[in-house]
Amino acid sequence: METRDIRTEPVLRAVNLTKRFGGLIAVNNVSLDIHAGEVVALAGDNGAGKSTLIKMISGVYRPDAGHIYLEGREITMASPLEARSLGIETIYQDLALCENLDATVNIFLGREPTKRLFGLFKQVDRNLMLAESNKVLDRLDIHIPNLRRPIRQMSGGQRQAVAIARAVYWNARLVIMDEPTAALGVPEQRKVHELIHTLKRQNVPVIIISHNLQDIFAVADRIVVMRRGHKVGDVPAGEVTDDDLVAMMVGSA
Amino acid sequence: MRLQSIELRSSRFWLDTLSQIWAWLFLLGMVAFFSVAGEGFLTPFNIQAILANMAILMIIAIGQTYVIISGGIDLSVGWVMGMAAVISATVMNRLPESSPLWLVVLSGLFAGLLAAWIAGLVNGILIARLNVPPFIATLGMFGIARGIGFLLSGGMPVPIYVRGLGFLGNGFLLYHHPTAGWSFLSPPPGLTQAELRNLTGYFPFVVLVMLVLLFIAHILLSRTKFGLHTYAIGGNKEAAMRAGIPVARRLIAIYMLSATFAAIAGIVYNVRFTNGAANAGEAMLLDTVAAVVIGGASLFGGAGTVIGTLIGALIISVLANGLVILRVNPFWQFIAVGIVIIIAVLIDQAREKFAQE
Repeated sequence: METRDIRTEPVLRAVNLTKRFGGLIAVNNVSLDIHAGEVVALAGDNGAGKSTLIKMISGVYRPDAGHIYLEGREITMASPLEARSLGIETIYQDLALCENLDATVNIFLGREPTKRLFGLFKQVDRNLMLAESNKVLDRLDIHIPNLRRPIRQMSGGQRQAVAIARAVYWNARLVIMDEPTAALGVPEQRKVHELIHTLKRQNVPVIIISHNLQDIFAVADRIVVMRRGHKVGDVPAGEVTDDDLVAMMVGSA
Repeated sequence: MRLQSIELRSSRFWLDTLSQIWAWLFLLGMVAFFSVAGEGFLTPFNIQAILANMAILMIIAIGQTYVIISGGIDLSVGWVMGMAAVISATVMNRLPESSPLWLVVLSGLFAGLLAAWIAGLVNGILIARLNVPPFIATLGMFGIARGIGFLLSGGMPVPIYVRGLGFLGNGFLLYHHPTAGWSFLSPPPGLTQAELRNLTGYFPFVVLVMLVLLFIAHILLSRTKFGLHTYAIGGNKEAAMRAGIPVARRLIAIYMLSATFAAIAGIVYNVRFTNGAANAGEAMLLDTVAAVVIGGASLFGGAGTVIGTLIGALIISVLANGLVILRVNPFWQFIAVGIVIIIAVLIDQAREKFAQE
């Protein structure tokens, strides 16, 4: 038996994943490795299969063929919740935040800590939620004034930060981000890039889906290019140009 | 890294503040006006009467608060209340005459609750599992509960022949008589019929029941996971689902809770008026929705409080009472309440529009 080196063992390893919808093969035999502290960008035109690939990794779809290994152990997931409990946190484009509730509640939504009041009934422990939220935001070097404001009153960048903090708080072993800068202005995009760098420094691997080549070059260590369900490129970000990438995406190279 | 936000001292800030306190101001203004303009408005007797008269409305409105915060609406509350009142009245009458009063009331309550829970469960399953819009599902139940109530009662109110029931429903915790002094739970013994006229009661039972329910519902909504999930579902159902909140189960529980409060209101009606009528809650739908919306809940879901609903119910009841004291034709009350609802919804919409910008 080969000995495994903990540093070279990928955090996530997807092998020969295939997903069909009727006659359409959305993802065809795609493999993907991602290591600790690595940022992998998933590039490709609309319909290239990026989202389908991600949805298999985040438990939304069950692959028709192929295997997924998390830290060396094969995993199967029946639902996104199961993926989350394994440490695969997905931040969707819409962020899935409740805008009427504050940042602390959103970070703990569905997993709220409770304490007993007068030994009678379990009440949500808001102070603990606030303290823990502050901790995780500090860890990510994020400063949001007044965490008790509803998300509705926060900027796009702050919302993105809350969504990332939620993923990280629950000890994400892998963070998947779907178009994280799509709805943001340029200064806010920069802040999201900084957040991804912070995650990287803390050894959390990130898969980012983006249409935005600037995004990709700002944060990615490696770029995986998909076209019509196939993986057509897997290159270190420093070794390609915008034009190379576009050529791979549209298939003219 | 610093993610600064622009401090919101803008029109949105003022609108938000206004939307939160206008109902309080409105209530205070109304109380001040009626106290000055109406003779006998600001007396302990009249204030207790206002509270006792609003108890049934308030109890149903508590359940409606949960439903509206979750992003739905329960149109069936009034007729579920009537159905529960008829069933509970029938059960109370069937018990042997020797049964103690507490057993009669509890049996009636339980029978009414059982019927209401079925209605609430059906509402909940239709909405949460079969994705029927709440407006349609509860409109269906509106008709069904109405029909069942009238069928069981033969279209007539069911008089309840239980001794002491009316005393319970209209009784007070404390009594005071100028000569006989204070007494607890029942009037001082030995008073003649003429002397009873000088008797004053304090803390009507129905008001106490209302306050206890208010307190429990307030804690449940503001302190527990269930309450928090109600807000989350109303704010963003999809996000609540992805966060692992059992949305369908919570929604079913919310509609059953609404039916529960409707049934309790039905039993309060029985005990107060010693009869159970299928149409006892006919007027309740408009008033409960009005109380909840005036109290700051959003018809878009995600906002509202039990205390806010209390303010809303107080506004409606003070308005009704004050108009009677001023000898204004009571039909004006409907118009006044209608106007107040429209104002409340306009404020809610303006707030929502600003929030989206």
